[in-house]
Amino acid sequence: MPASTDHPRPHAHVHLGVFFQGVNHTTIWSDPASGSQIDFETFRHVAQTAERGLFDAFFLGEGLRLREQNGLLHDLDVVGRPDAITQLSALAAVTRRIGLVATQNVTYNDPVDLARRLASLDVLSGGRAAWNVVTTDNAWTGANFRRAGWLDHELRYVRAAEVVQAAQALWDGLDDEGAPVEVRYAGRTVELVATPTVPRSAQGHPVLFQAGDSPAGRDFAAAHAEVIFSRHGTHLADALEFAADVRRRTVAAGRPEDDVKILPGTQIVLADTPDEAREKARWVKEQQVTPATALSLVGQVWGEDLSHLDPDGPLPAHDPVVAAIGETRGTPRPGRDAVAVARAWRARAEEKGFSIRQLVLDQEEQRGFVGTPASVADELAHWVRSGASDGFNLTPWVVPGGLDDVVDRLVPELQERGAYRTEYEGTTLREHLGLRAPVPHRRALATAEA
Amino acid sequence: MTTSAPLHLAVELDGRGAHPGAHLVDGPPLTRAAWPDDAESGDVGPARLRRAVAAAQEAGVTFVTFDDSLTPPTTGPGLRLDAVTRAAHVAPTTSRIGLVPLVHPAVTEPFHVAAQIASLDHASRGRAGWLVGTGDVPGARAALDRPVAVGDDLRAETADVARVLAALWDSWEDDAVVRDTATGRYVDRERLHRVDFVSGGTGPTASPASRDVPDGVRAPFSVVGPLIVPRGPQGRPVVVARAGVLPGDQVDVALVGPGAADDPHLTAATLGASWVARAAQDARAAGAPRVLLDLAVVLDTADATAWERADELDGAAAPAPGSAWSSSARWTGPAAGLTELLLALRGVVDGVRLLPAVQDVDLAVVVRDVVPPLRVARAVPTPRPGATLRDTLGLERPAHQFARGA
Repeated sequence: MPASTDHPRPHAHVHLGVFFQGVNHTTIWSDPASGSQIDFETFRHVAQTAERGLFDAFFLGEGLRLREQNGLLHDLDVVGRPDAITQLSALAAVTRRIGLVATQNVTYNDPVDLARRLASLDVLSGGRAAWNVVTTDNAWTGANFRRAGWLDHELRYVRAAEVVQAAQALWDGLDDEGAPVEVRYAGRTVELVATPTVPRSAQGHPVLFQAGDSPAGRDFAAAHAEVIFSRHGTHLADALEFAADVRRRTVAAGRPEDDVKILPGTQIVLADTPDEAREKARWVKEQQVTPATALSLVGQVWGEDLSHLDPDGPLPAHDPVVAAIGETRGTPRPGRDAVAVARAWRARAEEKGFSIRQLVLDQEEQRGFVGTPASVADELAHWVRSGASDGFNLTPWVVPGGLDDVVDRLVPELQERGAYRTEYEGTTLREHLGLRAPVPHRRALATAEA
Repeated sequence: MTTSAPLHLAVELDGRGAHPGAHLVDGPPLTRAAWPDDAESGDVGPARLRRAVAAAQEAGVTFVTFDDSLTPPTTGPGLRLDAVTRAAHVAPTTSRIGLVPLVHPAVTEPFHVAAQIASLDHASRGRAGWLVGTGDVPGARAALDRPVAVGDDLRAETADVARVLAALWDSWEDDAVVRDTATGRYVDRERLHRVDFVSGGTGPTASPASRDVPDGVRAPFSVVGPLIVPRGPQGRPVVVARAGVLPGDQVDVALVGPGAADDPHLTAATLGASWVARAAQDARAAGAPRVLLDLAVVLDTADATAWERADELDGAAAPAPGSAWSSSARWTGPAAGLTELLLALRGVVDGVRLLPAVQDVDLAVVVRDVVPPLRVARAVPTPRPGATLRDTLGLERPAHQFARGA
């Protein structure tokens, strides 16, 4: 197929990852098909299903403090998940090819310890590890750690860059015979002298993922990351704009434009007919937004506990008591003008005659792709051939079985279109993603006086 | 206790062996192994690890420990993987052996230790333990860029970390996940508990501002909780520590060894007059429910006597004072003599943690020549598939420590 303006990448393959969230109301727990969120067998099922489907990566999130809303532990969503690197080290023993991505916070980890644990996972998995770099500056999370609340907001990405550079220096802290050498790193937020203990893995270094969406986050990804995990996984135009922006920033950072792979998070709902798929998507959303969750989301906008209200009744008649929407970690719209949102919601509800729950369902955007395996395969192939992304990071709405139909029905359709691998060509995550070998960072840094 | 009490066998499984010279005398040194493109062949890679743990499980060993250090030790192999990741890696490929990685309480963030060991407990279906790291970690201060407790401060720090870990492991009640569709609640927040722990210590809290604080100052820490991981199958994973490192009520398994004035070399004949019974009694009197003897073993092989091998190992790398090897009782001799010693230890201690000098040699001899006669004598327990480590050790599953709604 010749290249066209529509398909600048006519031979591109869709790369798939699976994100086992463990938090957020998008994971349905009320359905009989919903299994344990902590038993190892749940994770084994999802990881092995993804590997059967020739996915690039299995992805675990992390949050270092249980979520709260209005000062109380949030009790409506799934919660309680394993330490990512520990769990992935176990999963490495029951998988052979799939990449294993650990979300790890740079603020509340010691760089030497973190680099060592990631490198250990990389060796144990035969070169399949990745690190999703996340930052936080909030003292609320820090209250579980030795350095509570020590990092200034403006140093957030400075810290992230320094921890990444220090980790890379440690991963490179081996001489030509593989013997460890002392590594020194001195930055504004990281200062260390240490000799590593972990040999080089089959892929050299763990792959670096990053998920920030702010301009600073995008610049960080362009400068340091190899995969960016975005939110732009629903609207093609939006995804194209995001991809163009990331490529622009990547080139500005002195790298080839395709050096950063783009894997937006998304959700897929499949059924035999378009009507059934739409009906199923509506059902999924209703399961995700339970009556209690609807009240909680409204309570977040109003800044007060509204759990006593009738979810089938009207929105509160009064304006929010807070100026800006507070942050319940992981729920949307933090920082927006609470009164403006509330008034817009009331206007919409009055116009349509919506109850609280109907209004929230109306406001919850239909995420991702809904259709038959064939129609969704067409869409995904179109996305990657258009250059809107390199693939997708799927969030199943139910575990452990939520990926089964994607692997059994969607993957074969993609393969028929020549848009998906038919076997793993390589053994490492770097090879699956088509990434370059890591550049030795020794030269660039004040490190390794071997 | 009677002589019919079972003797638990545990084995230390780090690297190529527990003697710091192990990697120098048998096969190529670790640093020259051909791992770069083939982790499977690397000495510190997963293949050796899985083989060693499988052999230990097959032999009926109650638990294995994994030594560790954030930075290379002053003697011994320079290369090793993080111990928790090693233990986790073998969790899904084993079914009855306990997995007990060393984590140093002054090095790793307490909250991370709690989450990691709890996750190991879930992944292993209740076979996790924590081997409490002791002693000063060379270079830790420079590696971590914060003060690291040493000496008496380290003792206090270790007790504080053990306390906060127990609290964090209890911070989710067993039935906290309610999945109540009627009210839309996934968890009952009344069954989740803050721990609000504040450690002792007088120095500044760990922050870049503490960069100029000299090593050895104990920086206080606090943890609010609850843990991010639900309570594991064992409630609290098994805490294994050298006797005296922790208050007795914080330990599940105390490891004993010779004091400075004691002869580390033991035989079945001399055991009765030795220090072992006294050390075990002291540990029990301090509150430890189970007491295991640390026993470093160098065994005869077809090619060399144990004493010749011991001389060669000591010549290759002298064990550092205070290391696990130097702090253990010693058996140097034939397998049959070790079997007699172990049989004689029944009723004196609850078990033995073997430190095989060279894993490929000494562990192999133990499995081939020592364990079978112990089985014939019904001297060692047989862990059941699916049993938790607490079950195998005969330890109760602890109730959680928080009152409902607290």
